[in-house]
Amino acid sequence: MSDTTKKSVRSIEREPLLGAETSEGPQELGFRRDTESDQLGREMGAVLHLDGRTLDPSAIDFESRDDELMIINMGPSHPSTHGVLRLMLELDGEFVLRTKPVIGYLHTGMEKQGEELSYVQGGTNVTRMDYLSPINNELSYSIAVEKLLGIEVPDRAIWIRMLMSELNRISSHLVWMATNGMDLGSTSMMIYGLRERELVLAFFEKTAGLRLNLNYVRPGGVAADLPDGWQDDVLVICDTIDARTYEYDQLLTGQVIFRQRMEGVAPITAEEALALGLTGPLLRSTGVPWDLRKEMPYLAYDQIDFDVIVGTYGDNFDRYAIRLNEIRESIKIVRQCIDMMPKGDYRTQDPKVTPPPRARIDESMEALIHHFKLFTEGFHVPAGEVYSAIESPRGELGCYIVADGGPRPYRIHVRAPSFVNLQAIPLLMRGGLMSDTITVISTVDPVMGEVDR
Amino acid sequence: MIALPANAPAGVITSEGLNADLACFPTREQYRDLVAAFRADGFEMCVDLCAVDYLSHADRPLPAGVAGERFEIVVNLLSLSRRVRVRIRVQVPESDCFLETLFHEYPGTEAMEREAFDLFGVQFTNHPDLTRILMPEDWEGHPLRKDYGIGRVPVQFKEAPGPR
Repeated sequence: MSDTTKKSVRSIEREPLLGAETSEGPQELGFRRDTESDQLGREMGAVLHLDGRTLDPSAIDFESRDDELMIINMGPSHPSTHGVLRLMLELDGEFVLRTKPVIGYLHTGMEKQGEELSYVQGGTNVTRMDYLSPINNELSYSIAVEKLLGIEVPDRAIWIRMLMSELNRISSHLVWMATNGMDLGSTSMMIYGLRERELVLAFFEKTAGLRLNLNYVRPGGVAADLPDGWQDDVLVICDTIDARTYEYDQLLTGQVIFRQRMEGVAPITAEEALALGLTGPLLRSTGVPWDLRKEMPYLAYDQIDFDVIVGTYGDNFDRYAIRLNEIRESIKIVRQCIDMMPKGDYRTQDPKVTPPPRARIDESMEALIHHFKLFTEGFHVPAGEVYSAIESPRGELGCYIVADGGPRPYRIHVRAPSFVNLQAIPLLMRGGLMSDTITVISTVDPVMGEVDR
Repeated sequence: MIALPANAPAGVITSEGLNADLACFPTREQYRDLVAAFRADGFEMCVDLCAVDYLSHADRPLPAGVAGERFEIVVNLLSLSRRVRVRIRVQVPESDCFLETLFHEYPGTEAMEREAFDLFGVQFTNHPDLTRILMPEDWEGHPLRKDYGIGRVPVQFKEAPGPR
């Protein structure tokens, strides 16, 4: 009988589309009854303070039973998570109690790949990590390799690097302004931010030939000299974006809804930020004036006049204001770069590091050999280990390279600011509203390519 | 060159790094005390923690008195007030792949230690949540180890040809 009823229903037996194993196991946020107190405290954002005082998770949390709480999953494909960030939230009604970021969805093993690529090729690898500020990635990598090689970079290369790095900071912050506006419902900001970024990308294209993953800054200098008439192009970019930042002020800064959603939301204190190792706008929003360009200058930032923007309250609005004003500061730096750009070589003339010009290959056997060796084997780097750090738009971008004397790095590790900054999310979201999670993710500004590497 | 803090454990070997910053080579027993001493000495931030597998580069230059092991944990500390960095390099043998966590000194090392565990298999004792962070939970092996087979998992870049 049951057999006939089964047949009368219009259905078909098929394998379940999704396997049962979509879980990440212990990487996920578990119920409280299954979670150890240490981990519970961490997920609630308990951090040690600098005087050794620990935030006791039970002291700040009310008694709540598991059946009143709800664990929900946000992401990894969610429009406001800026990529593939997955957050697991423990909710009590509309309030977030615990948060756990689950990452790794964009892990492509770039550090492992970096060990297989020669130092010449390495730039193409690191530039893809933080895809919004590729120049800064290459810069950190190149500085590390140059320190190991012990070579000097010509003045003009230093200033070109600085110019490009600041233009990249502008474009990166513009994308942030755009997506932040989008997250808060201001779709016009999305369009404006990307429109202004286009100016910078067009200049990148003109200079390096590419728009996103430039591989422009290389060990020994930069890939190409600035194009003819670059001063005019850059001046137009500066003037346009400078004027537009004041339009953003009108659109966002002075807008009541925007301010209500940003002001006083998700604050963090300086000691918490330091304990968690946060850098960049997150740290500066708490009032710590820490900017590597100023405090531990690299390139020629010590010859340039600019201000470090700091906040007071460490809330969302401070982080927004810092980034907006950093665009203006970067424009200031770019203008000084135009005035002070020295003449000369744009890359070192060491034939072991720099490929010969195309014309030389036809007439010089030596140049041909150098060219061949450089692009097949690459150059050898003396054994040693080095850590270089620069200020990327998101914070301290470090590159740790161990060299074993061969043409490939023995180990290349990138200290990604987004990866570390992401740890602030449980703390920032704790006790906040569900809708504020969107603004928190946005103002922490993680770039998942860099987080997962 | 930066001096060791006054309350650092006795007998820590130091050398000068490439950037004229200090590199310390504590033993595993000295490791946590040394980091705590640096923290008390004004090193507010642990910037970076990563592991290196020296399987095929065992003859690396090390100061006298330091016996190189297979794994090395490299910790970068930063003092914002003094604007200096120190690097702490601690040797971890393969047979006994354990190290104490720095979570209780610097909570920001939590994710970095998880990454070192995930990619190198170095265990951090007393870590609050030592799970894989970048690789899937059921992944076998630790990919950044030098003896991890690259290309072990076949990857198909095109759809497999159908039965035709």
